[in-house]
Amino acid sequence: MTRYLAGRLGYYAALLTAAVFLSYALTGTALGPRAYFEAKQPRPSAAAVDRQLTALNLNDRTPVVERFGTWANGLLHGDLGRTIHGTAVNEEFGRRIWVSLRLLLVGSLLGMLLGVAAGAWSAVRQYRLSDRALTVLSFVLLSTPVFLLALLLKNGAIAAKNAAGHEVIPFTGYETPNLAGGIGTHLADWALHLLLPTLSLALGGLATYSRYQRATMLDVLGADYLRTAEAKGLTRGRALLKHGLRTAVIPMTTMFAYAFLGLFTGAAFTETIFGWHGMGEWFIQAVNEQDVNSVAAVNLFAAVVVLAAGFLADALHAALDPRVRTA
Amino acid sequence: MTTPPPTPTAPLLTVRGLTVDFDGHPAVRGVDLDLHRGETLGLVGESGSGKSVTALAVLGLLPATARTGGSVRLDGRELLGLPARQLATVRGRRIAMVFQDPLSAFTPVHRIGDQIAEAVRIHQDVGRAAARRRAADLLDLVGIPDPARALDAFPHEFSGGMRQRAMIAMAVANEPDVLLADEPTTALDVTIQAQVLDVLRTARRESGAALVLVSHDLGVIAGSADRVAVMYAGRIVETAPVDELFAAPRHPYTLGLIGAVPRPDGRGGPLVPIPGRPPAAGEPAGPGCAFADRCPLVEDRCRTAEPPLTGTDADIGSGPGEHRAACVRADHLAATRPAPAEVYPVPALPAAVPRPRAARDSVLTVRGLTRSFPRHRGGLLRRRAGEVHAVDGVDLDVRQGETLGLVGESGSGKSTTLYEILRLAAPQGGRIELLGQDTATLDRAAVRRLRSRVQIVFQDPAASLDPRMPVGDVLAEPLLAQRTPKAEARRRVPELLRQVGLDPAHADRYPHEFSGGQRQRISIARALAVRPDLLVLDEPVSALDVSVQAGVLNLLQQLKAELGLAYLFVSHDLAVVRHLADRVAVMYLGRTVESGTAARVLDRPRHPYTRALLAAVPLPDPPAERARPRLLLAGDPPSPAERHLGCPFRTRCPVHPTLTPDRRTRCATETPPALPAAPGVDHTAACHYPD
Repeated sequence: MTRYLAGRLGYYAALLTAAVFLSYALTGTALGPRAYFEAKQPRPSAAAVDRQLTALNLNDRTPVVERFGTWANGLLHGDLGRTIHGTAVNEEFGRRIWVSLRLLLVGSLLGMLLGVAAGAWSAVRQYRLSDRALTVLSFVLLSTPVFLLALLLKNGAIAAKNAAGHEVIPFTGYETPNLAGGIGTHLADWALHLLLPTLSLALGGLATYSRYQRATMLDVLGADYLRTAEAKGLTRGRALLKHGLRTAVIPMTTMFAYAFLGLFTGAAFTETIFGWHGMGEWFIQAVNEQDVNSVAAVNLFAAVVVLAAGFLADALHAALDPRVRTA
Repeated sequence: MTTPPPTPTAPLLTVRGLTVDFDGHPAVRGVDLDLHRGETLGLVGESGSGKSVTALAVLGLLPATARTGGSVRLDGRELLGLPARQLATVRGRRIAMVFQDPLSAFTPVHRIGDQIAEAVRIHQDVGRAAARRRAADLLDLVGIPDPARALDAFPHEFSGGMRQRAMIAMAVANEPDVLLADEPTTALDVTIQAQVLDVLRTARRESGAALVLVSHDLGVIAGSADRVAVMYAGRIVETAPVDELFAAPRHPYTLGLIGAVPRPDGRGGPLVPIPGRPPAAGEPAGPGCAFADRCPLVEDRCRTAEPPLTGTDADIGSGPGEHRAACVRADHLAATRPAPAEVYPVPALPAAVPRPRAARDSVLTVRGLTRSFPRHRGGLLRRRAGEVHAVDGVDLDVRQGETLGLVGESGSGKSTTLYEILRLAAPQGGRIELLGQDTATLDRAAVRRLRSRVQIVFQDPAASLDPRMPVGDVLAEPLLAQRTPKAEARRRVPELLRQVGLDPAHADRYPHEFSGGQRQRISIARALAVRPDLLVLDEPVSALDVSVQAGVLNLLQQLKAELGLAYLFVSHDLAVVRHLADRVAVMYLGRTVESGTAARVLDRPRHPYTRALLAAVPLPDPPAERARPRLLLAGDPPSPAERHLGCPFRTRCPVHPTLTPDRRTRCATETPPALPAAPGVDHTAACHYPD
């Protein structure tokens, strides 16, 4: 298994390098930081703009491969360069990464777990009322874009606040500023702030995963080995849990990896709507400001996160299914 | 299993009036069974007869769509309708089950040892370590080498035979009173089947369990059962002690089944096909006897009411040894004891004109054929990791008007050999000469011409016929591909259908409207359309029920005689080969190890592998089956991914260990060439020490 995973890791490292280079090349050619400086008042001289651009490694007269070389060299030394305002990208990156990771990790794990559970349950109760209800709910959620879902949740929270006269569920930011109290109070505060943004991400995952999990579980329900497990003396429920579910989750692992990408995109909207200062919000802001180095940093983050999710999915797949370990 | 006749005490398991239907389609229609302690009951029937459904219904393991009625009592306790929790305490503890396909019956993601230990821990209050030790003991009991290591294996790492052994180990883990084995050897090769049946005997003896052996194979039943129940269309039509059932069947269906089974020892005369086909599961039946439409002894009263399962007037008492049949003519059959051919019409098979072999032209000559496939490892950077030597030295000879039976176990390279021949191209190694032409020298036009002279019939007619093509088009297609004018192709279709015993009026029907046997006849007609010289038959009857198989085999014999065809007939079933083949070639690990006339190879085999293969085929004749010397081959065939120095069979050879050391060295270092038994005799064996 270690050999298998080492092989996959090498594969992902190669993929990461390619992804980072391509996204840098795209950002570096598509964005126009020159226009940003030229639009400054009073208008700086052409030479001054050039000097500024070169200092920030943003000069479009330098070939993009050379700029990438400079950027990558910095990256290897732990330096992501400077933002278009001249501040360190590292600093911004360090502040925002935990905000985003918190949201993404909790959102994706929750979506996965709920989706698998709902799908398996739905399959076992195929064509009963609960299965049909879940099917309808899934399709409603699937056809609701993340930003609409996030806005609906936020409006709900606002309505609740107006009705109750005080904030029931927080809907802006990731913590209450200047909150007094011990670690417990802080944790509770964080969890409460996480609730709505996480839900807006997890519900979509739940809907998608539950559909697929229902299908894979239905395949397993008729399997001979479930009958064997029952013939051994396991009750239907225990047989399903011990022998059915694990096999049914195996095909899902590949999905987890790729669905994570969609989740990342969704998170950009969620962060903006709920006032979280995370990676997604930064990305939108940076693109608007033609801030190449900040966009490159977010791209790097996205590539690492998505490929890490892919690797984890592979590891999960290998852990669940002994048949792939030897491959 | 020759246990003493069971004492007439109360039966252990009693089934009364068992009915099962799926969405209103009856699959089991009133089955009564008694199983006594320590006895083996054979439940035999064709596909759709309801035998497996009956076994599953006993444990309540049928899918949720099934409706079960009647009564199943274990030691007097009713099992049908028992709450799930209470039923779970019976399953695996008092009644355990062995399933047909051991690959799909094990959970693929759990280790074998864990799955067996789980069976122990469900019913016994023992710790993890103790359960694991018990699992190792059980694996040892069923003859799995190095059980401590085998515990950690996953199901896919076991061979089919090992998996079925492990399945039996799991079934006897709690020393159940009853073992239900549903076609336990159907998915296995004969030598492995013999091993597994042996293990089943051991396991039964060790655990003292009574066994219900469900099988379609009369040979397996004959060798293992004390008592037999024959099922047809969801009912038991006859039940009797095994010897009596085979010697003096009282139901025409049983009689027909016995007559339809070819025997590996070549005795038993021409095959007697039962006309028609067995009804599919759940097929609606009329008011009368379900067998009436196929029965040669049918009378008017058979059509009005289904006869009950009773003894004849001559029987006294009602002990478990009694003989009962559900037929109004049972008395007649009991009194006259006819042979199958005296009751069923035997088709007159035209005898082939036996010209001396030397005077007939060669149709196919294969010399030293090899074919290997590369194996790859790794994902991103695929690299070659050795080769699988699927065919590793095959010699074949087929002359006009004769049938060469190619036999061997799965993985021996039979199919690869066929496809190499049919490729009509230069082989990787060796020489193929088809109708006098070396396939390595053919140009495209020659290949096309040759294609029409060699045709193939596949194993599964349901898969090899296009489901969306009317049968007439299926038959015309090969002709059109050979650029025969449309009008002529159309004229040929009714002729072909008649030739294979089908109604020409059915040309516009689709394949699914025909039964399995009829579909295989269509496949044969399709192959015959272009008037080939050589027909390659790849397991043509192994997907068919015995009563239907006999008819197809007779048809093949008839066509061969009428059309002067040559057959290359591939089969794992030695009895079928014995019945049909003039000459036989035996394959092991990609090589032909023995070949010659069927009479010589099968009656006086010289290679130890052929002898073991023959010894493994069960005879549908209980006394003969019991008296037969047993010669069990150890283990599984080695992997064709490794090249073996010396004789490839030596690892399993029963003769090898008895040889003197210097003789053994020769087996280990020198690959034995195929040498004739005597100069000029058509019988070669690739063994250093034959006979």
